[in-house]
Amino acid sequence: MTDEPTLAVADLRTHFSTRAGLVRAVDGVSFTLGRGEVLGLVGESGSGKSITGFSILGLVDPPGRIVGGSVRYQGRELVGLAPRDLRTLRGREVAMVFQDPMATLNPMLTVGRQMDLVLAAHGRVRGPERRARCLDLMTRLGIPAPESRLAAYPHELSGGLRQRVAIAVALLNRPSVVIADEPTTALDVSIQAQILREMIGLVRETGVAMVWISHDLAVVSSIAQRVAVMYAGRIVEDGPVRTVLRAPRHPYTRGLLDSLPARARPGEPLAPIPGTTPSLLARPEGCAFHPRCARATELCRTLDPERRESDGHGFRCHHPLEAA
Amino acid sequence: MVELLFRRLIQAATVMLAMSMLVFAGVYAIGNPIDVLIGPDASQAVRAEVIARYGLDLPLWRQYLGFLDRLLHGDFGRSFVYGVPVLDLILVRLPATLELTLSAILIAVTVGVPLGMYAGYRPGSPAARAVMAASVVGVSVPTFWIGLILILVFAVWLGWLPAGGRGETVRVLGTEWSFLTLDGLAHLVLPALNLALFKLALMIRLARAGTLEIMLGDTVKFARAAGLSEWAVLRHHVLRLIAIPLVTVLGLEFASTVAFAVVTETIFSWPGLGKLIIDSITSLDRPVMVAYLVLISLLFTLINLLVDLAYAALDPRLRRARSAA
Repeated sequence: MTDEPTLAVADLRTHFSTRAGLVRAVDGVSFTLGRGEVLGLVGESGSGKSITGFSILGLVDPPGRIVGGSVRYQGRELVGLAPRDLRTLRGREVAMVFQDPMATLNPMLTVGRQMDLVLAAHGRVRGPERRARCLDLMTRLGIPAPESRLAAYPHELSGGLRQRVAIAVALLNRPSVVIADEPTTALDVSIQAQILREMIGLVRETGVAMVWISHDLAVVSSIAQRVAVMYAGRIVEDGPVRTVLRAPRHPYTRGLLDSLPARARPGEPLAPIPGTTPSLLARPEGCAFHPRCARATELCRTLDPERRESDGHGFRCHHPLEAA
Repeated sequence: MVELLFRRLIQAATVMLAMSMLVFAGVYAIGNPIDVLIGPDASQAVRAEVIARYGLDLPLWRQYLGFLDRLLHGDFGRSFVYGVPVLDLILVRLPATLELTLSAILIAVTVGVPLGMYAGYRPGSPAARAVMAASVVGVSVPTFWIGLILILVFAVWLGWLPAGGRGETVRVLGTEWSFLTLDGLAHLVLPALNLALFKLALMIRLARAGTLEIMLGDTVKFARAAGLSEWAVLRHHVLRLIAIPLVTVLGLEFASTVAFAVVTETIFSWPGLGKLIIDSITSLDRPVMVAYLVLISLLFTLINLLVDLAYAALDPRLRRARSAA
């Protein structure tokens, strides 16, 4: 059992049947996550990365539904698990942090009360020990004067502190896997860097595995060991973060990298990817990226490319870019 | 907090002054109380004497100032009809109305909020649909009709509950209360239920709308992702988040319930304020009408004040920032 990955997602498919038609938000996503590993899940808005996160926790709101595939946590299948069992698993085994702490934290309850509710939900930590655990975690996340923060309401904290509190809430029951859905996106860059540093430290210290969902390749490259790039509900490229960023094989990943301001030469315009993310209602035939791809051929328009792999670097493309 | 209270108090005083003017002027526009006060066969001398005694020959503004002066000294005048101080008349009736109103609101909240939250939590379920259908009946069918049906079913056909009156009462704190005896409670059930129905339906609809919205939000999703049970999510997160609109409406409804318990009190012969005001309107008993209206406006103003303060207690964002933050 030692080589069993902490989290193994295979061919996960989550669809939404809306009045306008069937939306294949997640359409055959597979990845594995080992102990203490951080996987960056990258993609534009609407690529299905957040829905992938919610699907793992069984938190997809209707009309969404997991229609196929499997999510195995330490060998245990989570898809189709009874709601009761899923509930006890959330927060304690797999936890999630969201993008906007102003929306996730309850404005009517103090920080301490919200932490207490989360500890009480699993009932493993009692009385005075609870307070100690909250304070310890807050200190480790770099929250100054944690004692007084427990009595504070979310609106009394700065954006950075708020997100740290939200992260602390998610980590309270010491989960093995954390799904972090763009937790630093709403923060300014210096706070973002601090929180990233603290999260990296926490991962090293506790061995928690993480799926870091982001649209920002720069952030992902600083925290993740491996990266998976999503496009229109699928992972189109995955591999070690250095390899993928230095020598992407998929034209979409290349396009993402070229549109990063940090990569541009001063004075030259950025190189955005032409076109827009396709509507998931009208997913293009063949390779979903072909309408925006300079390398597309007749083959791309008709046949959806299978995943190919070399040296742990996978990609779905008929005409991949040169390997490094 | 003190500053907020002070500002609100000044506003309340202004509203009360304006209301007293409107009420006084309004009541003066209807009828001539002299015809009620003395018999048609009274002599001209008696007539003139009565007019002078009640100050009815003075210009309106003089009468108003006199009225205001007496009001500020706690004197609402004497009833033309009963010949006793109006305040006594009202204070005797007020507990009965308050008892009825508070019972109705208690029913509306304890039954309506859970039902509404359920309907918002499981919006498509047959039970939720049934609750919503019932709430439509509650807001649209007239109170008096439901009251009559309640009497017909529970008092006449089934004979389970009495049809009217306050039943046996107990004297506590100087006034009579029905809810402390079994017989009084039996008398209270039907009128309280009748008066509660509209507010019950209102609570259901408000709680449902709030719950529907909040269940889709990130707060609930985050709480679920942390492993909170559905019960804990509803009890600790959703209930707190929907509390503000509920308290607002409840506060406003409380005052109007006191004011308009008239219908229910008439149907169930409940000896409260509603019955008093109806009687005083028929007999053009001016001091009673004016005092009643002034007191009701005072009640509205006070309740608005309390609702504002309750907001501050419920929503930490409205409190002044702590010095520590």
